[in-house]
Amino acid sequence: MRGLLYVFSALAVIGLAFWAYHENYKTQAAQARAEALEREISLARQRLRMLNAEWAYLNRPDRLRDLAEMNFDSLGLLPLQPHQFGRVDQVAYPPRVRAPLSFNNPVDVSDPEAQ
Amino acid sequence: MIRTPLRPLARILKARESGGNPDAIERENIRRRHEEMHDRDRRRAERRLLVMGAMFFCAFAVIGTRMGVLASSPPPAPRASAKGAEILAQRATITDRRGRILASNFDTHSLYAKPRRMIEPRRAARELAKIFPDLDAARLQRSFTGNSSFAWVRKTISPEQKQAVHDIGEPGLRFGRREMRLYPNGAVAAHVLGGAGFGLEAVAGAEVLGIAGIESYFDDRLRNPARGHEPLVLSLDLSVQAATERVLSGGMRLLNAKGAAAVMMDAHTGEVISLVSLPDFDPNDRPDPPTGEDAKAGESPLFNRAVQGRYELGSTFKIFAVAQALELGLVTPETMIDTTGPIRKDGFRIRDFKDYGPRLSVEKVIVKSSNLGTARIAADIGIERQKDFLRQLGFFDATGLELIEAAGAKPLLPPRWNELSTMTIAYGHGLSASPLHLAAGYAAIANGGRKVIPTLLRTRAPQEGTRIMSEDTARQSWRMLRGVVADPEGTATMGDVSGYFVAGKTGTAEKIKPGGGYYEDRIIATFASIFPAHDPRYVLVVTLDEPVETSGSEPRRTAGWTAVPVAREIIRRTAPLLGLRPEIEPPRLADIRRTSD
Repeated sequence: MRGLLYVFSALAVIGLAFWAYHENYKTQAAQARAEALEREISLARQRLRMLNAEWAYLNRPDRLRDLAEMNFDSLGLLPLQPHQFGRVDQVAYPPRVRAPLSFNNPVDVSDPEAQ
Repeated sequence: MIRTPLRPLARILKARESGGNPDAIERENIRRRHEEMHDRDRRRAERRLLVMGAMFFCAFAVIGTRMGVLASSPPPAPRASAKGAEILAQRATITDRRGRILASNFDTHSLYAKPRRMIEPRRAARELAKIFPDLDAARLQRSFTGNSSFAWVRKTISPEQKQAVHDIGEPGLRFGRREMRLYPNGAVAAHVLGGAGFGLEAVAGAEVLGIAGIESYFDDRLRNPARGHEPLVLSLDLSVQAATERVLSGGMRLLNAKGAAAVMMDAHTGEVISLVSLPDFDPNDRPDPPTGEDAKAGESPLFNRAVQGRYELGSTFKIFAVAQALELGLVTPETMIDTTGPIRKDGFRIRDFKDYGPRLSVEKVIVKSSNLGTARIAADIGIERQKDFLRQLGFFDATGLELIEAAGAKPLLPPRWNELSTMTIAYGHGLSASPLHLAAGYAAIANGGRKVIPTLLRTRAPQEGTRIMSEDTARQSWRMLRGVVADPEGTATMGDVSGYFVAGKTGTAEKIKPGGGYYEDRIIATFASIFPAHDPRYVLVVTLDEPVETSGSEPRRTAGWTAVPVAREIIRRTAPLLGLRPEIEPPRLADIRRTSD
């Protein structure tokens, strides 16, 4: 009986040790993965920052104004004027096109044979 | 293995024949066999001991090495989570109110030299001078052939330049990674942003430090790594700012002005929508401050006229005196004021621009801009009450705007505030303040009488400042200011923009001579406006330094001919950008009052 107890407790110790080490390695793997992701995020952020800066640079007001002037013939862009504000009721609704009613395919709603 | 028998027959027979004891032979053989067994056992034991010893040695060696490694390497800090790998060691972005980037960080490279590693220092110096025209080949050569082991060549280089330096093929030229501050919009909002430079520099990187403007004011906030990913959102609107700069610089050129400033403020939140000072500069390549004997800080492009420039702002101050008189109940808009002149006091003469007749109503005093009428109203108010009122409006302190330059720009007050000062300050002489101070003062009127502190940060809620005047007084002031623009007799008739109901007050102030007295032909022209007049939302102050309008037969310098048309154009261009829809002005409901409260 005592021998059995010893065997079981030894097995329990082995099992617990295995579990503990297993968890430890899992944690370390998760941390390594998280760090790799953080690095990736940081690189992506850096790239995003670069692209944002470039976007802002390409959209700087001076450049847009020069572009609008250069392409005035084809686009005719001018600064926004007060009179360009409109009201919703100034906008004409497109005429509503009504499909003509057609009776090519009549359907019987009452069945004479039901009587 | 052949076992030797214990009693070999041959020997036993021989022993029996010779009368010996065969048992002795057996014992002898047993003894021998035991000795053999003994020897074998000992050898085996020795081998086992050796193996055991080797194993123990290996185990101890492993443990010992591990202990050595642990002892010599820095201990890793225990961590609860995997957060905090250094992601952002950079400076936060600055954006305008709609999230458009005003300043951002940018990865770049620095160029340095290790002269000891150079193969052809002379050729390298020549080639570098070709790539960077501002570098001097002879100086580079001296630093490359001298004793030093290290020399900076450029703090930042572009990718094209980097490739060109690579192509020289000189192993002694090295690149270091670093970040630099980029202002993608160039000179737009240059005075607000200020600029940035490098602090501590190393090969692996450099500190980016704000050196002026908001970059310097919020340096700690921008460099705080915990908030590095969070942009600093300003109240500026990039498109409004750019349009204002464009119109103002056009106006400045047309009117031959030396400089110009404009401030546009939201009257309720105190947000500064645009802040322009001309001439300006490119913050990406901030010029050096002027040095030398005849350098005037006030003429440098770095000087922020809207915030640092303190000018006598002239008749724009009249509305403050009149508003206070209304608030104190001394006058109503219809009260007739004596405008006979000139007033002589302490050897000083107060005159009007031209004779407006013996009497004007208070409203007409503002509309026609009568110095005499305002001076008489101010004399009724008195010194102490006027001081208190102007202090409440913020004309005694710095504005509190979030710029490093704003803290030093306190208005210049008269050394002795006597009765004459009271009269002259009422029409804007004797007290010098920045255009921003004036905008804050007008914002208090436009905000229905509550104080507004200008801010450059995006704020969503209106400011609930202390009440300086009643809402009725503020309303009456709007109406009088509207008269300046809308009344055919007003001084700013050119200022109206149909649909936006501009109200405002002109100010034409002669500049002070350095030795004392005033210049005849050098003036500061100011137009302080609020719009729309029936429900003010924005305040715009435009100041021109020494403008001249030369389309007529003689040069015209008054604000009505200079600052007002510029302000009008700014409002016409920017109001739609602010989303203000042009409206039809509600009729003047002069006699309708709320009675329920």
